[in-house]
Amino acid sequence: MTRGVHDLGGLPAGPVDLGEHDRTFFDQRVDAMMRLLSHPTDGYFTVDAMRRAIEALPRDDYFGLTYYERWVRAMRTLVVERGLIGADELERKLAALAARGGRP
Amino acid sequence: MTPRFAAGDNVRVRAREIATHCRTPYYLRGKRGVIVRGHGTFPNPEELAYHQLGVPHQPLYQVAFDYAEVWGKRERNTVITADIFQHWLEAVD
Repeated sequence: MTRGVHDLGGLPAGPVDLGEHDRTFFDQRVDAMMRLLSHPTDGYFTVDAMRRAIEALPRDDYFGLTYYERWVRAMRTLVVERGLIGADELERKLAALAARGGRP
Repeated sequence: MTPRFAAGDNVRVRAREIATHCRTPYYLRGKRGVIVRGHGTFPNPEELAYHQLGVPHQPLYQVAFDYAEVWGKRERNTVITADIFQHWLEAVD
């Protein structure tokens, strides 16, 4: 059987960090965007599609990105899938933002 | 989809190969458990994940697993429970 990159139950792991931490402004904006895009009546995809897109990340990305960075990557996949923006247009916008010093 | 199982029924989680999205944890596939309760019937997440409607809707159950059945060693006072959709369960004696 194939085990998904996200499906970690039973694998060796270090201690779980039980500490609380604040959400950054970036985290909050990503959360807000996801709630709008996955709205039950006015949204474009389900939380299930979000999970599927996150689980499809390459292993290095999955473990290298933060929780909300994974969400951003999944949303990039899904807005293109749903035709909200073309893949080329999205890449151009991201390149323009990066040129202005924004984060991809 | 009509519920096939009731509290107390013995079940086994299917050891299916699946390359697409599912909510059934890898470590429980092929393991025997007991139905604790039914949660109701919900759109199938394996379909929702690909922008489909999730029909037929699938009954979801809380299933209890003996620790030793899952991890192969004993642990006192420890039961593992997980929510598993009906199409991932088969009846066992």
